[in-house]
Amino acid sequence: MNPAIDATPLVQARNVHKSFEHLEVLKGIDLDVMPGEVVVILGPSGSGKSTFLRCINHLEAIQKGYIEVDGEQIGYRLKKDRLEKLSDNRIAKQRRKIGMVFQQFNLYPHMTVLQNIIEAPVGVHGHSRRQAVESAMQLLERVSLSEKAGSYPRQLSGGQQQRVAIARALAIQPKLMLFDEPTSALDPELVGEVLATMKDLAKQGLTMIVVTHEISFAREAADRVIFMDGGVIVEQGKPEDVIGNPQHPRTQAFLSRFL
Amino acid sequence: MSRDRTTLAAPSGAAQFRDVATAHQPFRTGRLILWVVIAIVAIDFGWIVANNENFGWPVVAQYFFDPTVIQGLYVSLGLTVVGMILGVIIGLIIAIMRMSGDRLASGFASLFIWFFRGTPLLVQLIFWYNMSTLFPQLSISIPFGPTLASWDTNSVITPMTAAIVGLALNEAAYMAEIIRGGLLSVDRGQAETAEAFGMTKARALWRIIIPQAMRSIVPPTGNQLISMIKATSLVSVIAMADLLYSVQSIYNRTFEIIPMLLVAVLWYLLITSILNLGQSYIEAYYGRSDRRSGGNTKVEAATAEANH
Repeated sequence: MNPAIDATPLVQARNVHKSFEHLEVLKGIDLDVMPGEVVVILGPSGSGKSTFLRCINHLEAIQKGYIEVDGEQIGYRLKKDRLEKLSDNRIAKQRRKIGMVFQQFNLYPHMTVLQNIIEAPVGVHGHSRRQAVESAMQLLERVSLSEKAGSYPRQLSGGQQQRVAIARALAIQPKLMLFDEPTSALDPELVGEVLATMKDLAKQGLTMIVVTHEISFAREAADRVIFMDGGVIVEQGKPEDVIGNPQHPRTQAFLSRFL
Repeated sequence: MSRDRTTLAAPSGAAQFRDVATAHQPFRTGRLILWVVIAIVAIDFGWIVANNENFGWPVVAQYFFDPTVIQGLYVSLGLTVVGMILGVIIGLIIAIMRMSGDRLASGFASLFIWFFRGTPLLVQLIFWYNMSTLFPQLSISIPFGPTLASWDTNSVITPMTAAIVGLALNEAAYMAEIIRGGLLSVDRGQAETAEAFGMTKARALWRIIIPQAMRSIVPPTGNQLISMIKATSLVSVIAMADLLYSVQSIYNRTFEIIPMLLVAVLWYLLITSILNLGQSYIEAYYGRSDRRSGGNTKVEAATAEANH
């Protein structure tokens, strides 16, 4: 659970700026995430936390600064001291080691649960179908949904769909997992099962960046909590410090609503 | 409380009669009148059709499987199939070009759609057929450079090729818009997810977007296919021996105009009926993930399906 002190960061973000039209959403984010670290990003709506997450795997292009994952700059490459934009297919290759879980699950509705999980391993990573099905069934067991392998997403509850989505992201054996408000679209009674699955992953040493509103998850599973507001990181540190004893007034104001 | 219950129950009788399972449908006079009127009109129409000798039913029966008619039928079906397949393929390409961020590509696609939807198919067919007056020679050459190969236009543009090119390009313009609409109907999050999982754009389109778009593409495409079968009758003007042209060639000889047209009408109806049937099967196939039942489908079945 605790990251090695002297390891090189898996994710490096430097001075990341991002604007939509004239609205500046990210105003210089610096963040290092160590291998095995679980980072939870908290913050009010519109603070730019989801946007930042989407910049990490280049679903959104940034306008200033850079982001590196596993030693590769995402979306660009240096060629004779000049930075060159990568082609779509090259960027697709870079994304293969990053798993992502979305707020709206985004399972492929025309495929069964099993087909959802093996789609990327077989189609993108070139694993054999037999091997992919085998590990998919193991992953389904891990999220306690083995009996739903043949169901279509529409036949599952929201919590089950999100657990399938987590299994689907794990199936590509990612070095980094991004969670974009994974419980925000769920009914309150279904939140627990998804959080439990995520805590499990955190314990197993997966590097995770989680954008969420679940303070309890941050307190129990995070190695580090980041509080963002207005497109900047306002405060960060151990969960007991940031959540238990926030220093910045904006953090205090935000957290007071959950107490 | 008890008083409340009695006042509620009182107007419509005792509770044991109020179970809706025991309800019956009362007699509706309006519906009976409607039925009688429709039945009379239908029977009368049937009587007229069966008893008017001018319909020439014996002649219809005699020519229904006439070799000339069957030959024409094959031509019509062949043109429909080839025109439709080419139309769908070109339409898909045009739709993707139209949706691309590239201004030149989307501009070209818009121009294509504008031209081929904006002019009558009949005019387009005659135009293709008379290509030789515009370009007497067709040649493959390096633009503004030397010619590599050259053909006489009249030997390339036969009635057959003019018909295929005309029908396919016209169909492509309509299919492009249908396919574009279908692609746009798929949730934006799906393309994003495919992207996040490292799929190339082509793979995301083929595996994720198109299968979901099919649900809104299939019904209007069925319409297009039926239109296409009927549109093939237009090729009779460029001397292509389709179904209509075949029956015309017979009634020009025998003067049995109505019976021969009936032969064509019945064949057209027969084909479109079969197509309707096929369409409902295809729609059911692409709607399979929508059915809520089957939540307990066996894991083995899913594994078998995944192993295809």
